[in-house]
Amino acid sequence: MTLLSVEKLGKEFGGVHAVSDLSFTIKSGTIHSIIGPNGAGKTTLFNLITGIYTPSSGRIRFDGKEIAGRAPFELAQWGMSRTFQNLQIFFNMSAMENVMVGHHLHLDRRFLPSLLRLPGIARGDEKAREISAELMRFVGLEAYVKADAQSMPYGALKRLEIARALASKPKLLLLDEPAAGLNATESREIDEVIEKVAQSGVTVVLVEHDMKMVMGISDHILVLDYGRKLAEGTPDEVRNNPVVVAAYLGGGVP
Amino acid sequence: MASTSRWAGLGALAVFLAVLPQVLPNNYYVDVAVLAGFNAIVCVGLNLLIGYAGQISLGHAGFFGLGAYSSAILVTHYGWPPLAALLAGALLVGLLAFAIARPILKLKGHYLAMATLGIGIIISIVLNTEAQITGGPDGIAAGNFSLGGFELKGERAWYWVIAGLLLVTVWLATNLVDSPVGRALRALHGSEVGAEVVGVDTTRYKVLVFVVSAVIASIAGSLFAHYTSQLTPTKADFFKSIELVTMVVFGGMASTFGALVGAAFLTMLPQVLTVFEDYEPIILGGIMMGTMIFMPRGLVPTISAFLTRRRP
Repeated sequence: MTLLSVEKLGKEFGGVHAVSDLSFTIKSGTIHSIIGPNGAGKTTLFNLITGIYTPSSGRIRFDGKEIAGRAPFELAQWGMSRTFQNLQIFFNMSAMENVMVGHHLHLDRRFLPSLLRLPGIARGDEKAREISAELMRFVGLEAYVKADAQSMPYGALKRLEIARALASKPKLLLLDEPAAGLNATESREIDEVIEKVAQSGVTVVLVEHDMKMVMGISDHILVLDYGRKLAEGTPDEVRNNPVVVAAYLGGGVP
Repeated sequence: MASTSRWAGLGALAVFLAVLPQVLPNNYYVDVAVLAGFNAIVCVGLNLLIGYAGQISLGHAGFFGLGAYSSAILVTHYGWPPLAALLAGALLVGLLAFAIARPILKLKGHYLAMATLGIGIIISIVLNTEAQITGGPDGIAAGNFSLGGFELKGERAWYWVIAGLLLVTVWLATNLVDSPVGRALRALHGSEVGAEVVGVDTTRYKVLVFVVSAVIASIAGSLFAHYTSQLTPTKADFFKSIELVTMVVFGGMASTFGALVGAAFLTMLPQVLTVFEDYEPIILGGIMMGTMIFMPRGLVPTISAFLTRRRP
């Protein structure tokens, strides 16, 4: 079943076409990678899909709804969440609270009951705490359940963002360079987390430079160059595509 | 965990407020305590906006002033009962804050500071110039606060009312901070986009906290209009707004008890420093600069971190 479909998507920044005439679909239950040289438009594409940017042209359909130009918080309500290449952690909160914010949409968040701390609010918080602790264990952060976000190392913060996104119960999770800045061991560990997430039924889209990781875990790869689709297919198809090799290694296309 | 410390803090505050008037030698001291209480109520609300949600307002004295003048005008010119005037003022300020919140809270940092500053100044100018209804710079007298035949008179009676209201405000604020709403506010302070992608409608929460903090200021202002013998526009001016922000920052941002301590401290300090006569402003400024240099997180967070570290 198609979960996300992008049709003739374009984004222009003052005459620069960051993304142009891009079409592809993402089936549910897969791990889908977006790769390409620096400046190929990967992060722009992510920002378009997740509502950070409004497209200049084209359509994006998610789970049967037209979503181009909708705000990120609306997309979250419909089952989409993401992480960031440059972390967007709430450093003024504890690690656990970061994940609890992720659960925001599934809690009673009415103003007056919150102000009076009615029993329902206290119960909801208790439940949110349990769910958050469970998710932190799921991504391998059991050691940080009582930590402040600002005291955590970089690798742990990357997982914390994944846990926070998972707490919103997404159908589609977009990971922007989950392995960037991690060493080989940490990168393998993130690998395992991503595979576990996919096995739990969440469709994963990732932008990643770590080719070993991309080739290892992806079901499907989309290659971008200069904001356009260069190639698409399974890891094997992409690896053996001469156009892709040329774009990565330089040189003319035979 | 968080709830036990909340009740402990609230209990300690209640005991403190109950004991305080017993040790105050005369009504002058009670008067200072009441003024500190008014400031503390406004600051606890303002801290939700500044400390927790990370949005600045340099116009909150304007909301305090609008509440105060709504009460004074409705009671003296139109003969409204004080409680009805207070509620009308709160409604007016709430609606005004709601109307301006959406456009101005799109701004960040210095720009938001400028916009809120502008609002405060506009309110202050209107209060100064519409002399036929506001009394202009000479001010206006709202008379005593009365409710169902009971008239609130004297510093000590006011003390208990303000102490009770302060306790309720602190209780509500601490409830809110430790709820899904409060976490959303703190999250948008930490990272707006990070909060958005998990479903937090950041604009809505910014508007909400702006309105809440403005309404709290308005209610405090309305009561203040009855407490003071003559309400003047200086209570709504730019300097008062700065004073309120300073109290929040001085006491400690994102700490409800910090806002309280900051308000109490900076209300009392000038009174204490009057013994230095002409040197008072210099010493006051020096203390504030020193505090910010050596305790940049503010009084209460710094001291509480120090105490936690010392614990074995």
